[in-house]
Amino acid sequence: MRTLVVWCPDWPVVAAGRDADAPVAVVATGAGARGRVVACSVAARAQGVRRGLRRREAEGRCPGLEVIVADADGEARAFEAVAGAVASLTPRVEVLRPGALALPTRGPSRYFGGDAALATRAAALADAAPVPAPGTRGSPPLPGAGTEDAGERRARCRVGVADGLFAAVLAARRGLVVEPGTSAAFLAPLPVAALDHADPSADPRAGWGELAALFRRLGLRTLGDVAAVPPATLASRFGPAGARVSRLCRGLDDRPPRPRGPSPDLSVTAELDPPAIQVEPAAFVARSLAGELAERLASRGLACARVCIEAETEHGETLLRRWRTEGLVLAPALVERTRWQLDGWCNGTAALRPSGGIAVLRLVPEEVTADRGRQLGFWGGATAADERAARGIARLQGLLGPEAVTVPRHRGGRGPAEQVVLVPAHAHLVGGSTKNPYFRARDGGGGGKAPAPWPGRLPSPSPALVHADALPVEVETTSGEAVAVTGRGLVTAAPQRVSLAGGPWTGVVAWAGPWPVDERWWDPATRTRRARIQVVTSTGDAHLLALTAGRWVLEATYD
Amino acid sequence: MGANWRSLQWAGMALARTVDLDALRQVGEWARPVALAGEQLLPVLGPLTPLFPEGGLRRGSIVTVEGGPGATSLALALGAAASASGSWVAGVGLVSPGLLAAAEVGVALERVVVAQAPPHTWATVVAALLDAVDLVWAGLPPRVSAGDARRLAARARERGSVLVPLGRHPRWAPGPPAGTLGDRGDSATSIVRNPSPGVASLQDRVAPGAPAGDRAGRPGGRARPATGGWPVPADVRLRTVASASWIGPAGDGAGRLEARRVEVVAAGRGASARERRVALWLPAADGGVAPAAGP
Repeated sequence: MRTLVVWCPDWPVVAAGRDADAPVAVVATGAGARGRVVACSVAARAQGVRRGLRRREAEGRCPGLEVIVADADGEARAFEAVAGAVASLTPRVEVLRPGALALPTRGPSRYFGGDAALATRAAALADAAPVPAPGTRGSPPLPGAGTEDAGERRARCRVGVADGLFAAVLAARRGLVVEPGTSAAFLAPLPVAALDHADPSADPRAGWGELAALFRRLGLRTLGDVAAVPPATLASRFGPAGARVSRLCRGLDDRPPRPRGPSPDLSVTAELDPPAIQVEPAAFVARSLAGELAERLASRGLACARVCIEAETEHGETLLRRWRTEGLVLAPALVERTRWQLDGWCNGTAALRPSGGIAVLRLVPEEVTADRGRQLGFWGGATAADERAARGIARLQGLLGPEAVTVPRHRGGRGPAEQVVLVPAHAHLVGGSTKNPYFRARDGGGGGKAPAPWPGRLPSPSPALVHADALPVEVETTSGEAVAVTGRGLVTAAPQRVSLAGGPWTGVVAWAGPWPVDERWWDPATRTRRARIQVVTSTGDAHLLALTAGRWVLEATYD
Repeated sequence: MGANWRSLQWAGMALARTVDLDALRQVGEWARPVALAGEQLLPVLGPLTPLFPEGGLRRGSIVTVEGGPGATSLALALGAAASASGSWVAGVGLVSPGLLAAAEVGVALERVVVAQAPPHTWATVVAALLDAVDLVWAGLPPRVSAGDARRLAARARERGSVLVPLGRHPRWAPGPPAGTLGDRGDSATSIVRNPSPGVASLQDRVAPGAPAGDRAGRPGGRARPATGGWPVPADVRLRTVASASWIGPAGDGAGRLEARRVEVVAAGRGASARERRVALWLPAADGGVAPAAGP
């Protein structure tokens, strides 16, 4: 199938709001490629930064390199602008991954006067799409790239047309329109390393590099060489992967693109007259609405992963919240969630509360898919306790806002506060699996793996109270001499009494340390030097004190 | 039901062959009702079982934790075995939870939720969490009305969850701005420097058996209130007493904090009325909990 691919090079860099002229590298956080460069800007590439490098090595090659953490959600959000712009050509646009999309050219190409004309139009539309400014979740933009400048950013795209998705992806990297029927000839001189792009929706390095390396060792250096091998031979030697590679190298379709057509409007709306000021009347209407929506979806054999609950007040305010409903019996779950949401709006904080009664209530299904039913895990998988917790979390988020409900996540670090952080919980992620995906097994935390080396990390046991606000502390010897820590990491005198927050002096019966740390010494802005000591006071309390910038603070308490 | 029937058939066959007492005993094991009273219990770590007459946390009960050094660790340890066995646990109103310590004592962090509740919605949030999870650590706001407390106790009983109210103990008076496990979002009132006489008398009423002189006679003796005011009698009251002692620091800065010996006293109502006293290493040398030799 003739396919057009729009490819935005270095999309993670563009989505993060950085300029291609600045040396920037995006580093992955995922389990597989953690700490490795997944994308870099043109300027960084010119200095020798490549995908797959370790962060430290990339920084070594390009001293001024700005490193940002990959934000897959943000990249996908930003790419929505490009996809939307291209969708004005044809609604049958398929996003391969953030940074690349494909569309079948058959209809649009005839309408717009040929593949080349279509490619020009697609490129113009994609280039003109304003990329939204990165969300607050990423690192802050450069001083120059403020909000006034954000709308000016444009994706720089390349467009390719060829027979088959694989050939089109490779054509897009070269900005070519391959004539119909010549895809095999186009592919033939390319090196087998191009097989990296065989799975355009996955990370380009997933899995195929090994096969490409094997082909090279076998003397098959170009895709043409592979295409010349009889398909049956490849299939018998390499199994389904070999058969697939053979098809790809001969310029045949791996699979036809599955474009997403415009979905029918399935939303249900009810007008409340008179507008509901209390929760009860609105919840009563929501009950029938939810039933109607569930019936409408079920009659089409569809399920939806999310439902957007919208309410308009008589003063025209629009309240809107999305709820994950995947894996739930829709009608009762929706009634419950609508009720929670209305409860949250009407009885929540003053900032959230609408100024008038609710006049219109609307339920919009999102991520509508074919309903395939759901099979619970036999061993493991989501348990009843997990589902109950997920429902509770969803309810609390409706009540308090999504940021107020958090789940802990392990992270490397030296101090007790750095090693576990709290991140907002997402109910659909918490309930979907036995483990919330924000939780990553701690390196060596009982898992048997060797812990990541954090020199200067405090030894176990850890303090049970970690103070969010550092409290000033004075540490002295009995003769009134203040205790400090030398540059060589030694205390100037043994601490003999402490005063917490200006309180009375308490004797120190035992102490240990110091544990000096000098973190991020390469970055003057975030560099911290501190030394920690443990003290046991005569009252039996044990504290963790930290000396930073010449002042002692109470960092944690072993309560 | 089917399994029981089949096991009865099995019993018949076993009897027909030979009267084998061992086989009979095994059949008895098979035919035992599946829903045991033990399912009404949340498990606790082995060293903590002597504190509870049933050997675990009875679902639907209220367990307050109060007292001197180690109270927070004790509260975190209460949730360890339950969360490790698949239950979810939640914390609400915790100002400064040491989640790393919780992980070390055995809490499965992937089943922990931490919610921040402004004081006026505190009771609602706790009630919602009791619906959602099996054990709730609740840092108390400055005032909890007796009505709220009773409603929450009823909710816990109905849902089979365990509520662990954590007293507001101004640990190192005059207090830090946000002293301890207490409420957040109410920074103006979270400073409990000198609890008012009214609060103190309330706490005296709550814990009549608490030996008031535990910490008396110590330098800078901090007469701390026993609990921040859980206003109704709890099912079990756990209290760490003042005999906490650390081992580890070898003097002159060498060594590190390794383990702490605390004594925990459990009192309460009903089956827990008899006072129990257990010596524990909390934390033990491996970060967990271990029984300590007697006094």
